[in-house]
Amino acid sequence: MIGGEAGKMALYQAVLDNEKALLDEWVKEQIGAFSRQGAIRETELRQQCETFLRLFVQAIRDGNTTDLRTPEWEAVLRFLSDVSSSRGEQGFSPSETATFVFSFKRPLFTALGKAHQDDGKALADAVWEATAILDRLGLHTMDVYLKTRETIIARQQEDMLELSTPVVSLAEGILALPVIGTLDSARTQVVMESLLQRIVETGSTQAIIDITGVPTVDTLVAQHLLKTVTAARLMGADCLISGIRPQIAQTIVHLGVELGNVTTKATLASAFAVALDRQGMKIVRSKPQA
Amino acid sequence: MATMIVRSTETLPIRAEADVVMVRQKARAVATEAGLGLVDVTKLVTATSELARNALIYGGGGTALIESLQDGIRKGVRLTFEDQGPGIPDIEKAMTDGYTSGSGMGLGLSGAKRLSNDFSIHSVVGQGTRVMIARWK
Amino acid sequence: MERIPILRMGDFLLVTIQVDMHDRLAMTLQDDLTTRISKTGATGVLIDISALEIVDSFIGRMISNISAMSRVLDAQTVIVGMQPAVAITLVELGLTLPGVKTALDVEKGMQMLRVIGGGSVVPPESDGDDDRQEY
Repeated sequence: MIGGEAGKMALYQAVLDNEKALLDEWVKEQIGAFSRQGAIRETELRQQCETFLRLFVQAIRDGNTTDLRTPEWEAVLRFLSDVSSSRGEQGFSPSETATFVFSFKRPLFTALGKAHQDDGKALADAVWEATAILDRLGLHTMDVYLKTRETIIARQQEDMLELSTPVVSLAEGILALPVIGTLDSARTQVVMESLLQRIVETGSTQAIIDITGVPTVDTLVAQHLLKTVTAARLMGADCLISGIRPQIAQTIVHLGVELGNVTTKATLASAFAVALDRQGMKIVRSKPQA
Repeated sequence: MATMIVRSTETLPIRAEADVVMVRQKARAVATEAGLGLVDVTKLVTATSELARNALIYGGGGTALIESLQDGIRKGVRLTFEDQGPGIPDIEKAMTDGYTSGSGMGLGLSGAKRLSNDFSIHSVVGQGTRVMIARWK
Repeated sequence: MERIPILRMGDFLLVTIQVDMHDRLAMTLQDDLTTRISKTGATGVLIDISALEIVDSFIGRMISNISAMSRVLDAQTVIVGMQPAVAITLVELGLTLPGVKTALDVEKGMQMLRVIGGGSVVPPESDGDDDRQEY
């Protein structure tokens, strides 16, 4: 068997004997690996490396080196999770994050080489042991990193959805929602919710959904629009759809989408005129046209 | 899925109309705690109401199992309704909009399915019906 | 027995639903309301559901029924204050309540009833807004 107890003890002794040199070498290795200058402060990095080394030595001494899911490795894994997720949050690249563990190999192997200059077998055992552990720790780092990035992406998607649907007030009791870009199910739900919410908040009875900026309307989008109009009606507000371009009118008819008794207008201006009329208001010119 | 964790679980009886209200309220509490948005909570509670009523009226009473789930970074709520009633002979027909064997509008099953992210139904004539729904954040 | 109160305001009846109703309570409300319409000769009914957190197919059917029954009794029903989440859910459920009149709040609902029914909630001398003011 390669590695095993002998390899483990050799590894433990080598790390313990060379702690200071290992630390220096390792920090140097990483500073060199960072492409961006000042991405991480040396003092902070040194502190992280110190903590890792301390936990790593403890884990090797007390723990089972073939299974990192044992309680002895918990502290090491937790610490790596922290480092990894904080790097993920700060926008470090995957390789920059993985470097933390993998860059430890060279200094460690050098130290092992020194300790076993005359014993090839012992050196091979120790190096194998070290590689096996560090690879697994590196993979763990990547798992956590990816999870952190996934969470960030999910959060940003939500933020973007909300940003992309501004509901504006045009006049007393009249709201407009200019939709720009492709409407998918998730986005339509956010659009629908923010419009209906604003209807309640402002007590508006007329709402105009302007789709001038929507490139295509398929059956699904048309259905979503219809649902929004129906939901608004259930709440006691009228919904108009404006900005229907000729191609979209054609698509709607070709698709056989029944818009029912929804009021549709070609332009936002004409929809606004209808809404004003329903509110018993009108726009008058106060000066003769120049 | 191997990574799915059940964070909490509770079984409630459905024997009277007041129990339907109870199940609705409990489902709302669990869904809100799981972090679902108001619309998602409302959809889940409405589906719950339909299915709990079905279990009471057509199944002659039963139980509702409410589970709070975590699947990776997703959180969700799963409800399982079980009754020992007569069962549904033709599930496909029972799932069509407008079909009803009782006094409802025939939107119970089909509506509950539309309001949920996951839906499954299992029914054996003479033994009972089990409906499971879930909604995710 | 538990009941939902029905308030009379001039020619109109006002119902505010504030509890999570079980089915029997909803049926009782339907009975009470139709009885009151015919007894009082009310021309309009306002049902405020702004406090309702869900409307399922049963409550939806009750709303449709009350609306249709009141029309037979020559009164108009307006459902007011449905919450956005409830409205979205109802549409998804497949219930669009055709023929049911809706308004954003009680005030707008009242205005709507005045326009269609010409009923009044104010004494004739104090307000000239309404065209039919016999009391």
